[in-house]
Amino acid sequence: MIIRGNEPEQLRLLRKLYEPGNYFMQGNEAVAYGALFAGCRFYAGYPITPSSEIAETMARELPKLGGYYLQMEDEIGSIAAMVGASWTGFKVMTATAGPGFSLMQENLGYAVMTETPLVLVDVQRSGPSTGQATKGAQGDFFQARWGTHGDHPIVAVSPTSGQDAFWETIRAFNIAEKLRTPVVVLFDGVLAHTREQIKIPDVSEVEITYRKLPENEEEARLPFGDPHGDGVPPMPLFGHGYFTHVTGSTHKETGLRDVYTPEVHDRLVRRIHRKIEKNREVYEKYEEHFTEDAEILVVSWGVTARPALGAVLRAREEGIKVGLFVPKTVHPFPAERMRGLAKKARTILVAEMNLGQMIIEVERYVNDDVLLKGVNKIGGVPLTVEEILREIRGVA
Amino acid sequence: MAKKIYSTYPMVKYLRKEALPTALCPGCGGGTVLNAFANAIDGLKIDPKDLVVVSGIGCSAWIASPYFLADTLHTTHGRAIAFATGVKVGLPDKKVVVISGDGDLASIGGNHLLHAARRNIDITVILVNNFIYGMTGGQVAPTTPFGAKTTTSPYRNIEHPLQISETVAAAGASYVARWTTAHVYQLIGSIKKALQVKGFSLVEVISQCPVQFGRRNRMKEPAEMLRWFLKNSVPVSRARNMSPEELEGKFVIGEIVNRERPEFTTELNKLIDEVQEHFGLKGDGDV
Ligand SMILES: Cc1ncc(C[n+]2csc(CCOP(=O)(O)OP(=O)(O)O)c2C)c(N)n1
Ligand code: SF4
Repeated sequence: MIIRGNEPEQLRLLRKLYEPGNYFMQGNEAVAYGALFAGCRFYAGYPITPSSEIAETMARELPKLGGYYLQMEDEIGSIAAMVGASWTGFKVMTATAGPGFSLMQENLGYAVMTETPLVLVDVQRSGPSTGQATKGAQGDFFQARWGTHGDHPIVAVSPTSGQDAFWETIRAFNIAEKLRTPVVVLFDGVLAHTREQIKIPDVSEVEITYRKLPENEEEARLPFGDPHGDGVPPMPLFGHGYFTHVTGSTHKETGLRDVYTPEVHDRLVRRIHRKIEKNREVYEKYEEHFTEDAEILVVSWGVTARPALGAVLRAREEGIKVGLFVPKTVHPFPAERMRGLAKKARTILVAEMNLGQMIIEVERYVNDDVLLKGVNKIGGVPLTVEEILREIRGVA
Repeated sequence: MAKKIYSTYPMVKYLRKEALPTALCPGCGGGTVLNAFANAIDGLKIDPKDLVVVSGIGCSAWIASPYFLADTLHTTHGRAIAFATGVKVGLPDKKVVVISGDGDLASIGGNHLLHAARRNIDITVILVNNFIYGMTGGQVAPTTPFGAKTTTSPYRNIEHPLQISETVAAAGASYVARWTTAHVYQLIGSIKKALQVKGFSLVEVISQCPVQFGRRNRMKEPAEMLRWFLKNSVPVSRARNMSPEELEGKFVIGEIVNRERPEFTTELNKLIDEVQEHFGLKGDGDV
């Protein structure tokens, strides 16, 4: 079943089921509704706190929309089933946390190598290991980037509120489909369980994209070619008689395995990188507040971006020239913009719920004459406006 | 020379010619399994366009992927059945077949095997049991016979082999059969039945790996291994009256189970229908 085929029916169902308007719901539910609006009709997962409500919402809502909820035997099986379903044409999603994300890494790499669109929501929780299982954190910044093996690109987005989670999940699907790649949503346990007002829009306000399909037999015979020069091969779906061969081993444009020719590996892996690098406009996104004249720049992401904005607003009231930069797509990092902002600032504070992860990425774009300082907190309790404000005052 | 053999082989139409010749060692049982599978597909007149074949990692995983000309998904080690589960839900009207090794499906992938059988999802699994990890150089497997020598049990194997077919039958599969590569016609018959059963089916094929297993266990010729299979095979009906001691080291062959149980994708689609009915969502056109 290709969702694209029955889009009018799907729009009718979405309208009928979810009346536009304001709802009071959890961040996790917002992620699930975002996925439903984006056209996700296959979910395979394994329950884990603090992500479980995403699975529960999908289990309840998907059948209404003619979609499939599968509770697999573990996380490894979940992402495997998603890849299988994606090759039959479904938009697919799973949600997990900490240990589950670790288990999914091998097949996340498989999805990168086979260029399989999927959305993986990691509701970050405190670690290492089972840590504080029920508490939020922002400790998976680098696991999302480097968790699987080999040289691989990755796209990861990170919402800053429940409402944002609805839209960022939709955006994650659109990126996955446009670039034929897995996309990680780095959510967190705090926002996941926070209930707030969330506006559900009319379906007409939601931009939905679909993966490129082969236009002819010729294109279908090259499931890993680059006929359009954008690095993104059209995806010949299973069941259409193309006899497509898909393997996680190094393969030629035809899909056939060739692990011995250095050039074949080089060509394949470089193209997979290039398709992400070259298509920045598809995924690059960040927010800025008061950056025009900022001498102090706060950089923050995800859950921490909210108290960070509160702190910046308060500091501005006190006359401190401080601005805020929030990458919404955290991988690949908005390098150009970061470099530009870093040139103007004399101090940069990076606020996050970990012992310093995004700050390592920020450091790459900052000159030595800038004071770079982390504002960090762990233990499962988010940073407060006051805590960040205190740091801003400290460097003002 | 080799080309000539392929061109006269009647099943060649089912093979991906650009991937030939196969990477399997001469005398490997994998070829027999591929042959039996192609014959079963041919016998049932299944259009390869209606087939998706999934495999994991190992020599046996290569049997159908890349060599069989269908949509083929060559996955990570142990996960073939989980990948196939997603394919089957997406394409419930296609035949979804998993062909892979005993290490792949029963060791690292053992959990997926059990749960697919429990779910009774309509997938046919052809599990090639060669008692060894062939691809990685002949290490001990969960199927290695008690006392056998491998590179990681150089003195002797002190673990007991897993009885895969019996385990999968107990987990709830609709159809389970076990044969050896010395029982080709029976094997084709069982693959045909497995493909037609609506539910989870497993055909375990005891297969020779002369290179990694035979060589270390005084059977370096493929024929010696086949003779070993024949000499020690016991039909299921006879095995029922034999004691565990008598069955030690024997291969129980035949149909272990053949029964009807509700199938997963059918139930899943039925559930969706019911839910849509219940909430009044069936296409009534009020846009
Ligand atoms: C996660 C992981 N662990 C280990 C391996 C290495 N490995 C490749 S094939 C294989 C064993 C294959 O054994 P089996 O499934 O019995 O197939 P055979 O080669 O004997 O046909 C192993 C352990 C791997 N590829 N991936
Ligand atoms: S190592 Fe064994 S299983 Fe692998 S191809 Fe050779 S004979 Fe077959």
